[in-house]
Order: sequence, then C-alpha cells, then structure tokens
Amino acid sequence: MRRLLVLGGGTAGTMVVNRLRRALPRSEWEITVVDRDDDHRYQPGYLFLPFGTYTPDQVTRKRHTFIADGVDLVLAEVERVDADTNEVLLTDGRSLGYDYLVIATGTVPRPDQTPGMLGSQWRRSIFDFYSYDGAVALATALRSFDHGRLVVHVTEMPVKCPVAPLEFTFLADAWLRDRGLRDRVELVFVTPLSGAFTQPIASDQLGAMLEERKILLEPDFMVERIDDVQKLLVSYDEREVPFDLLVTVPLNMGSEVVARSGLGDELNYVPVDKHTLQSTAHDNVFAIGDASDIPASKAGSVAHFSVEVFVDNFLQLVHGRPMTGSFDGHANCFVETGDGKGLLIDFNYDTQPLPGRYPLPVVGPLSLLKETRANHLGKLAFRWVYWNVLLPGRPLPLPALMSMAGKVVPAEGSPTQGSPTPSREED
Amino acid sequence: MPVTTIDSRPVHVDQEGFLTDPGEWDEDLATALAAQIGISLGEAHWKAIRFLREDFAARGETPTLRRVTVAGGIPTKELFTLFPQKPAKKLAYVAGLPKPHGCV
Repeated sequence: MRRLLVLGGGTAGTMVVNRLRRALPRSEWEITVVDRDDDHRYQPGYLFLPFGTYTPDQVTRKRHTFIADGVDLVLAEVERVDADTNEVLLTDGRSLGYDYLVIATGTVPRPDQTPGMLGSQWRRSIFDFYSYDGAVALATALRSFDHGRLVVHVTEMPVKCPVAPLEFTFLADAWLRDRGLRDRVELVFVTPLSGAFTQPIASDQLGAMLEERKILLEPDFMVERIDDVQKLLVSYDEREVPFDLLVTVPLNMGSEVVARSGLGDELNYVPVDKHTLQSTAHDNVFAIGDASDIPASKAGSVAHFSVEVFVDNFLQLVHGRPMTGSFDGHANCFVETGDGKGLLIDFNYDTQPLPGRYPLPVVGPLSLLKETRANHLGKLAFRWVYWNVLLPGRPLPLPALMSMAGKVVPAEGSPTQGSPTPSREED
Repeated sequence: MPVTTIDSRPVHVDQEGFLTDPGEWDEDLATALAAQIGISLGEAHWKAIRFLREDFAARGETPTLRRVTVAGGIPTKELFTLFPQKPAKKLAYVAGLPKPHGCV
C-alpha cells in the first residue's frame, strides 16, 4: 500500500484529495488529510461579512462533508514533519508515515508580528478582516462608525488575495455613501507598494478608481509599529498616519508547522519549483496553495489551477514517468468595486492583468479590468461554485493555464507603475 | 531591451532602469548607479549590496527586504536610512539586479 498524506483540508488540500481519490485505486493507495478542526470557511466571503452582505453561516460548512469517501480525515494538530524519515508527528503523540506528502497549510494573518497591533486598540479601533473572528467583529464596529478617519492598511506583501484590501476600500466607500456618511469620513489606503496594486496596468486603473472616489493613497509605507495611544501607524522612515478606525491586513505568514519542520523560508513558505510545486529540498514533498513560495497571488484561483496541473503531474510521477505539466502562475480574480459592480482580472507569472474580454462557456464573455454588473454577479455566484463544484473536484470549464484569447495588449509606452528610474522618484 | 550608458560603458536595462544582465555589474558600476540616485556608498551600503548579490547568485531571485533583514542580518530601519524611501527597489537598482518580485 502506498500512502499519500496531505496537511491541510482547505481549498487546495480538499481539491487534491478529492481529485486523487478518483484517480488512484483504493487497493493500492491510502489517502489521508489532516486538519486541526472540522470547519471549512469560504474565505472570499470574509470580505462581505463586515458589511452584512453575508451572514456568518453562509461562509462556514463542515469540512468532512467535502472530503471524498475513501479519504481518511484526521482531526489533529501537527507537531512537525520529519522529511528525512517520511513521517508526520501529531501533537497527540501519533505519527503518520507517508510515501508522498502534500503541504497545503495555507497562510495566516499574524498581528503579533507588528509592535502595537495587538495592543489596547486591537478589536476596539484596530481590526482585520482576514480572519473569521476579525471580519465578524468589524461588522459590529462599522455599524457604530459615523465619522473620522477610516484607514485601510496592508502590512507587507505577499498577502492572501492581494486585491481584497482594495475591494474592502471600494465597498466601504459605497457603504458609507449609502448611509449618507461619506462626507464625514476621510478614507485612506496605506500600502507598502508604490501604487494601488502590484501590476502596472491594473495598478493605474485601480489607482484612478481610488482617485475618483476621493480615497487618499499613501504608497511606499512600510509599517514599523502602531502607536496605540495616539492611534497612529508609524513607518520605518518615520511617517505617521493617524486613524480613528484601522482596518489592517497583518503580515501574512505560512504555518508554524512548516517553520518547526525546517521546511520554510523567512515567511514560513515552502520553497518549491514554481512550475511543478515540488519541494526544492525533498522530491516526495509538494506544497500547494498559499503554503508555497511561488511568485503568484495567494488566491483560491491559483490553488485551483495549480491543483489541475499537479494532479496530472503526480499521476505521471507515481507511475515512474517524468512530470510534463508546467504551472504558469495563472490567477483569475473578481474585484468588487462597490455599487453592485466588479472587475475581473486574469494573469500569470509572465503576463500582467490586461484589458479585453474573458471567454466563458455558457454564460458568455466577461469584461476584463472594467467595472460591470456581470462581474459582480460572477463573484457572488462563485460561492455556490466553490461549495458545489470546486471543492468536490468536479470539472469547471476554465482552462488551467492562462490564455491570451480576448485580451488586448496595450501599445508600447503604456503606463507603468511608478516612474522609470528610482532617481526620478526622488524629484 | 534598451541600452544605456552608465560610468561611460553600455549596459542593458529595463524600462525602469534596472540592469537586465547581472553579469554586466561590478563594484565601479554600483558606485555610478548609486550616484544616479544621489547615494554615496559607505561600508554599510556595501554589506547590503554584497548580501543581495550573493543571495541572488544562490537563489536566482532578488531577496525581499524581509529576507535582507532576516537572512542578511541588516535591520529594516537601517535599510531605510541607507536607501531612503524605497530601499528594496534602490538596493536592487544599485546591486544591478531585477526589481524584487515578492509583490503579486
């Protein structure tokens, strides 16, 4: 009997076990997935909890209901991986051996990593929405916020779903307008990046949308600490941003299990080959989803597309053949922009988000990098798709690799992020 | 790929002025690149630049600020003093390496 062990039953881990259970004969393969609890959260839904668009029960299901028959779900805390002896030690003293290990332990917000964040103002005037508890607490705080400075802040890249902080800002703007409060609130977006987003064309487009909405942008801001007495963000170069209500995205780090096992980089992400997701240190170890160090968005779409490539590769590998699939970093994200509209972006390691059309079977093409109602409806519909199609590992009619079909490549000399040389940025 | 002249020699750069061939770099060029952005290099700058070059040679990508701090042992605060405002970009620029990825 050969043994596949998966750590983490979230988006990536669940898809992996469900896909592979169908592909690998039960008489030859034992498949086990370990997670610490039985609650599977629909994390994209956290964005909507603070505004009351979703209720907590809409983003939570029982984990075991998504795990295929024939897969053993172990609910336990992992102590560490011993990759030299092919063994995973659990905190309750059990150990699980494996022939192949998939690390899908994701990434977690770490407010403890910024001095002052967990001080007297935590969950009083400082909130995060990247955790279930944080998003629920923020919903209460927002209901009593009627004037002052609302600061949305990203601590450091990479963060899970890099568009979510902007989406939150757009939704907050629309929500405040609806309630007639927008004129009494100064809305500020603080980012360590040089613009609104990471990639030039999308950054310009999203930056212009911030301006239209009179949202102040504070770029190149690397937070050193939070002064919780004066309610200030303080940067390493000693700039200060005051807030009345701070919605921060804390530093994101991979699991402590990865760190304890000596398998991670300085942010606890597992170094892997970016095309096969195979560990650079151990041939029988893979890291999928947010847990790896690939230079792609930490997003469910990336997990989904990379799982497709991984599953085919894995079947080749265990049959003694070379892995021929090559993941391209494909990401596909709906971006909520408020007022019942949204954008769609589609990109990979080499191609930044471009304008144009995204072909979609049955429903018809969606507009890229353009605000439409269809994109917003797509985002809302995705929750159903996630629970009913994606997690069970049913086929979705979307190509795993990015396609240029419908995309429009702007001519040379089109806007790029920041200015041409660092010297000019000084002037 | 544009070619520009720095320190009276031709070098290949991208649209933002970052060197595209790390092999065209040497320490004299670093001094010239630093001068372009108004920085005069002292020993503390060199420690950071050398870490960047070594780490890039070992791992094939420009280290992030966090990595310079954690693996290179140079406090983030100091990096902001040495390479004001945009230390990650400026450090990569002077070290003749691509802009750090980290941000997607």
